[in-house]
Amino acid sequence: MTTRRTILRSALGGMALVGSGLGSQLARAALPQGALDSGVLERLPGKQPLLKRSYRPPNYETPLAALDEAITPNDRFFVRWHLMGISEVDAREWRLSIGGDATSKPFELTLEQLKSEFEPVEVVAVCQCSGNRRGLSDPHVPGVEWGYGAMGNARWKGARLKDVLARAGLAKEAVEIAFDGADRPALDVTPDFVKSIPVWKALDENTIIAYEMNGTALPHHNGYPARLVVPGWTATYWMKQVVSIQALSKPLSNFWMATAYRIPKGKFAFADRFTSQENETTTPITEMLVNSVITSHTDGTSVGRDKPLLLKGLAWDAGSGIRRVEISRDGGRVWEAADLGSDLGRFSFRTWQFALNPASAGPLVLMARATNRQGSTQVSELIFNNPGYHNNVIQSVTVNVV
Amino acid sequence: MRRITSLLLLAAALAGSLGAHASEGQLKLATDADTALVMARCAGCHSVDYIQMNSTFMKRTTWEAEVKKMIKAYGAPVADEEAVRIVDYLTRHYGVE
Repeated sequence: MTTRRTILRSALGGMALVGSGLGSQLARAALPQGALDSGVLERLPGKQPLLKRSYRPPNYETPLAALDEAITPNDRFFVRWHLMGISEVDAREWRLSIGGDATSKPFELTLEQLKSEFEPVEVVAVCQCSGNRRGLSDPHVPGVEWGYGAMGNARWKGARLKDVLARAGLAKEAVEIAFDGADRPALDVTPDFVKSIPVWKALDENTIIAYEMNGTALPHHNGYPARLVVPGWTATYWMKQVVSIQALSKPLSNFWMATAYRIPKGKFAFADRFTSQENETTTPITEMLVNSVITSHTDGTSVGRDKPLLLKGLAWDAGSGIRRVEISRDGGRVWEAADLGSDLGRFSFRTWQFALNPASAGPLVLMARATNRQGSTQVSELIFNNPGYHNNVIQSVTVNVV
Repeated sequence: MRRITSLLLLAAALAGSLGAHASEGQLKLATDADTALVMARCAGCHSVDYIQMNSTFMKRTTWEAEVKKMIKAYGAPVADEEAVRIVDYLTRHYGVE
């Protein structure tokens, strides 16, 4: 237990910054103590150990060290569910219903039909929980207290949603496409987890119903046998174990759309509007903000003086693609370009690395900052919001040069 | 105490049938006269590490808002008098006054 906690603390920046003049300038983002204490490494069936946030419903994040490649292995991919009633789906019994009042020809699909009757397409895309890094909010806010690892990147294969909708006779009156999964609440009165996206996003050729993840079936906890993949948008829309797709002529009105997963208007810069769900003060969260993470080193890691240090990490955005990643070793005054890894597509993680030789002993603060092809970059101070969304604060890691 | 045990067993059985992790049964909330009430009203829908990870930073008003959300938005079957005791308990053990 002690070992697990020690690993967790060092992985999530819970350590105090000692003896650095930069310490006062750089906020030490840390999880709440209760999340550090209860966030143990646990193994779900079919998974490598992940950082447990909650057992039921299961919420587990990927340790940063396991995010060291552009593609996240299925058995390290984070797990996030809202409701406790999660059944193992028998693929032979599974059916996907496509209908709604804005279709003329509702129909049903078996998994075999979904695979064989629509052109299979692939997309590499980042799946990131809206609340990733919520636990690092200052001040802390209630919710699942995620660190950096409620995200992953996979090569998804499936059928285009627009092709499936076309067969159902999608009407021009459709404003939203709604998705329901096989998961169910414990109480009938609890709102079932049903989400919608605007028609224009549903018809994007990159939005697919995925039945393969990195060349194999999806793990149960990541939505077997099929889930929505909505590249560029946060994971709340990526319905797992999808069983129903409804084209609606009126906006979906439920707790998960009207109350949850909303951001205050005017605080964040983003392009993708979800106008049918906007109100006076808030709007649904849509695309991810440009962001990056350091995966090779954690706070307190000892590194050798005058020895080569290879800093590595990931960068991503909502699909314009990463233009550059820069590293600062002086608290954000001077920024130097990191080398970008291979480009797996505009929705993918982009790996990066930066080589240096620390010249003097003591704490060394390293910061990473990504900029996308539209010129958007990360913020240096948190844009605070009560639900704890969209944390793309420039991360800093303090290594100890000895 | 017997009531807590039976509730934990119920939660564990329920969790097992729905594929949750067996270690949930090892979670321990702070013990006092209202622990049983909190387990009975909260653990039916979620493991109580939700409480633990959301500590310790919430004021009484924030815990009140959370309990209210559980009742209003998620339909948790909690009587008014019980809600007061649950908020007291959460503030006492997992909050900041």
